[in-house]
Amino acid sequence: MTSFMSRKDFILFAGFTIVVLLLPILAAPFGAAYPDLLQRFMIYGIFAVGFNILFGLTGYLSFGHAAFFGVGSYAAMWSFKLLSINALPALIFAVIIAGLFALAIGYVSLRRSGIYFSILTLAFAQMSYNLAYSVLTPITNGETGLRMTLQDPRALDRLFFEASPGAPVPSIFGMSLSGWNGFYFTALFMIATFFLAMRINNSPFGMMLKGIKSNQNRMNYTGFNTRPYTLTAFVISGMLAGLAGALLVVTDPLAGAERMRWTASGEVVLMTILGGVGTLVGPVIGAMMIKYFENIFSSFNANVLNNFYSFLPDGVREVMVTISSKFVGEGWHLSLGLIFVLIVMFLPGGVMEGVRRIAASFNRRANGNKAEARVATAPAE
Amino acid sequence: MFEVIFLQFLNGLDKGSAYALIALGLTLVFGTLGVVNFAHGALFMLGAFCAVAFRYFLTLETVTVDPTKLSPWGQPVEVREPLVQAWFGDFGAWLVNYSVPVSLLVCIPVMLFVGIAMERGIIKHFYKRPHAEQILVTFGLAIVLGELVKAFFGPNPHPQPMPDTLRGAADIGSWLGMRAGVITYPWWRLVYFLFATAVIGAVFAFLQFTTFGMVVRAGMADRETVGILGINIDRRFTIMFGIAAIVAGMAGVMYTPLLPPNYTLGMDFLVISFVVVVVGGMGSLPGAIAAGFLLGILQSFASMTQVKAIIPGIDQIIIYLVAVVILLVRPRGLMGRRGVMEA
Amino acid sequence: MAKFITSRRTVLKGTGAGIAALSTPYFFSKGAWAQDFCNNPTGSTVTIGLNLPLTGTYAEEGADELKAYELAVKHLNGEGDGGLLNVLKPSALKGNGVLGKKVQFVTSDSQTLSDVARAGATRMIERDGAIMITGGSSSGEAIAVQSLCQELGVIFMAGLTHSNDTTGKDKRRYGFRHFFNAYQSGIAIAPVLKEAYGSDRRAYHLTADYTWGWTQEESIKAATEALGWETVATVRTPLGAADYSQYLTPVLNSGADVLILNHYGNDMVNSLTQAVQFGMRDRQANGKQFEVVVPLFSELMAKGAGESIKGIFGTSNWHWNLQDEGSQAFTKSFGAAYGSPPSQAAHTAYVQALLYADACERAGTFYPPEVIKALEGFEFDGMGNGKTLYRAEDHQCMKSVLVVRGNENPTSQFDVLDVVQEVGRDVTTYDPSIFGGELGDAEPVPTCS
Repeated sequence: MTSFMSRKDFILFAGFTIVVLLLPILAAPFGAAYPDLLQRFMIYGIFAVGFNILFGLTGYLSFGHAAFFGVGSYAAMWSFKLLSINALPALIFAVIIAGLFALAIGYVSLRRSGIYFSILTLAFAQMSYNLAYSVLTPITNGETGLRMTLQDPRALDRLFFEASPGAPVPSIFGMSLSGWNGFYFTALFMIATFFLAMRINNSPFGMMLKGIKSNQNRMNYTGFNTRPYTLTAFVISGMLAGLAGALLVVTDPLAGAERMRWTASGEVVLMTILGGVGTLVGPVIGAMMIKYFENIFSSFNANVLNNFYSFLPDGVREVMVTISSKFVGEGWHLSLGLIFVLIVMFLPGGVMEGVRRIAASFNRRANGNKAEARVATAPAE
Repeated sequence: MFEVIFLQFLNGLDKGSAYALIALGLTLVFGTLGVVNFAHGALFMLGAFCAVAFRYFLTLETVTVDPTKLSPWGQPVEVREPLVQAWFGDFGAWLVNYSVPVSLLVCIPVMLFVGIAMERGIIKHFYKRPHAEQILVTFGLAIVLGELVKAFFGPNPHPQPMPDTLRGAADIGSWLGMRAGVITYPWWRLVYFLFATAVIGAVFAFLQFTTFGMVVRAGMADRETVGILGINIDRRFTIMFGIAAIVAGMAGVMYTPLLPPNYTLGMDFLVISFVVVVVGGMGSLPGAIAAGFLLGILQSFASMTQVKAIIPGIDQIIIYLVAVVILLVRPRGLMGRRGVMEA
Repeated sequence: MAKFITSRRTVLKGTGAGIAALSTPYFFSKGAWAQDFCNNPTGSTVTIGLNLPLTGTYAEEGADELKAYELAVKHLNGEGDGGLLNVLKPSALKGNGVLGKKVQFVTSDSQTLSDVARAGATRMIERDGAIMITGGSSSGEAIAVQSLCQELGVIFMAGLTHSNDTTGKDKRRYGFRHFFNAYQSGIAIAPVLKEAYGSDRRAYHLTADYTWGWTQEESIKAATEALGWETVATVRTPLGAADYSQYLTPVLNSGADVLILNHYGNDMVNSLTQAVQFGMRDRQANGKQFEVVVPLFSELMAKGAGESIKGIFGTSNWHWNLQDEGSQAFTKSFGAAYGSPPSQAAHTAYVQALLYADACERAGTFYPPEVIKALEGFEFDGMGNGKTLYRAEDHQCMKSVLVVRGNENPTSQFDVLDVVQEVGRDVTTYDPSIFGGELGDAEPVPTCS
């Protein structure tokens, strides 16, 4: 094992795999243990890990990554419609299309850096969104979103099977991918993506990207052309976004244009920052936090709050419910914004930095000053 | 055909005024403080809500319940008496009528306070940090400000009537000796254009002809040297942030009769204003103004049926297309300097 | 806190299902339905899922719908004044819950986004055990959730959705709509427009560039052209374009004398406000007064448009000022609870909740195919829209539609609309086959998770 990956990495990878596979149990105390949300944890985790390969390693802040996510969704849906309800060709097709799309946009956008790069990616993504919503409706089905219908050709399936009655559902070699199957299916891809990110992180290629982040000019002065490296990172990251988009269609067969809007691009930035940019696990944690907020926090209505504070006397309870309702339920965006501002201000490394700081303070107490020096020099994951 | 093109040109100037005003403040902040402020759109929105709040207080009413009559939904009928008219008579009525322009006076101190509080409270800590983190913290701030406004004013838009005398449209065609009613344009949009020109002129004059402006310009060129000369540049920069907030806020106030504001107004204008600034060139004030008007005019012409017939959907993407082309042909925007914001 | 308790069943499923669920989906034959189907309520309560936009552009509609659902749940459980339970004819409701089970609800914030709406609906079905999903305030959202519900075998009672597609091209066996649609708007408003503006008019359409806008443009265009009106141009505007000036100026010299705004929500508020500023309502064209028409608007939009809406014709599903017994009862009941009259969104939400409950009572079970049968072709009265038929062919309610007009002299902040005419069901009924689409089958019932 040591020749393949270091012991520390192996422990991290094994730990991550176990946690992911045990999520249905671990998430239960938080009320999140149902397949749809766990699938979204996985899917947006893949999206954020992919985004982090670009932003975390090279420092290029893309504000248009949702475009690749959306393109992946549409490509997968067209594969379902034209070829087969098998998820495998859909995923492959989606990753290829998203990769090509990323190659084109990346090739152009990477000619500029800094905020100019951000605006270029944002411009491309907004163009894709606006067109998908309106002029391209024949391909995207606009506002309503692209869905499977009974009349779809599905050429490959028709070659081998009779058309089955009932609405078609994505599957993998006959096994339906709804419910818990869908979760384990997406979890496999999450683990694979995590593995890929880890390998890239430790490879010479990853080192090169980090070099670009810390000082691109110096890299250029050494006569080294950085573009092919950043472009590769951009395309990998776009392909992972496409994979995530396709998985969302596999587990929830509808592809809508909204997932390409710039706010969706902003969301993946939020995820990565909240969890910890440049870390391996951070983006996954960030993705889970935001999806948890969006799905669970937002459902705490006045009823739920009243139950929660039921131990309080009436007057106090009403005050507490009024105050809390500004932050949960329909006010959950406010909490999200506040947490985000606080994290950027005081914990620029996101949740992962918080974990590291807490761990460090425990170590210090246990081992005295010796440990402190070690933590300080430990490389960031 | 002439009248159609002429009207589209006016539309472009009008749109351009709003874009230029927002981009102006954004560029002031970036040029002086070196901070990319994603919350600038939120300042525009807060300005608009100064007008909403001012009018709300002007139209406060005393409510007395008349228990003898019931409304159709079974509640006692409320009798409402406007307060301001009761206290100030005709002057009160005049105030209500002119609430939008008058709220400019309210907006200036409020926005100055908001701007300085924002700079001292949050932005200050980000001068030395990477641009990406500045973008992120101000983006978060924009979310928070939008949600706070929603918590107080609700999600629905709040219409703000313009003064009676400026309602309706001016017959520009007849000024040029054309038939009546061929070229008409709303008075308020003409006012907005004049207002924008005045504000832009005032900001330029301020920077050009006052000592304060001179120091700030020197600081924009070389912050460290000015600091070494013993001038408290930080204090001045804080005030500059306040001024940028005022410009954004006033632009928002005057825009309310055209567009009933709601809490998403800031985010709606954020993307477009950044495109404007980047097209103009980060840190270049004339660039921001030029790009604002250019994009406004292009957007108007791209929406013409004749143009859309040739390129379907062009009105949906024109702004972004122009941004992409300009950034590829002129890497630092129209008037930007080399090396700004590329790290 | 109730939210954090997950049933043992879910956890067991979670751990074992990865391998166990490899088996093919098994179908329940009709004889077995009493035993198991998606979220068959086994305890003393039954849960419905409210999928509402609590944030985003349509948050106010969402909030109003939520109030209505809370009221409906109270009334179903026998609390409060009973509201429309007393006037629904025929009614199987007893005021002791549904089939003896107390009604509960869970909510989810759809943000008016299809993706989020589907995620929310799935959560309420998979985790919270919702037997029925209802709500929504845009057609994209309604269609997305409706097809999801078909896949999971859960009934969807649509809230505010006006597109022809909801019960046309995208209709589903598990989806039901009480609200009217763009086509009915067209049929209802045309005679009123003819009477007010004559049959020799030239219309210019500005249309929001997405599916709902297109269906409405098509319907209104067909209806007005049948009157003898001429269509000068139909121009598409980007969704969410804050400034419409560049689309409005070409109208001025186009030779048109009516402007039809196929916009909804904030788009409509902005485009109408700006059209009025361009002097559209003070103009003369072709020797006639220039007019503006907004085929669909709501009270909340009318409030947002303020002064500009006065005198503008449009259509509505319902209005609190109607004088029939049902409308009065609902307005009183809602007003007593919340201090303001209900909006049309609140009305349709409330009615949908009651109709579902009533259908369960009549079917004697929560088993979805039986409930669907009970709703299909059900004819009822007393809910404020006259005699109403839940049509079996497309699950669209056939009922009267209101033509409304912005109130010139509002007596209160709620009094923004005047009802001009109540267009009867005989007029608004149309042939369901014109929109195509297929409902699909009710059985076999899919199993959720």
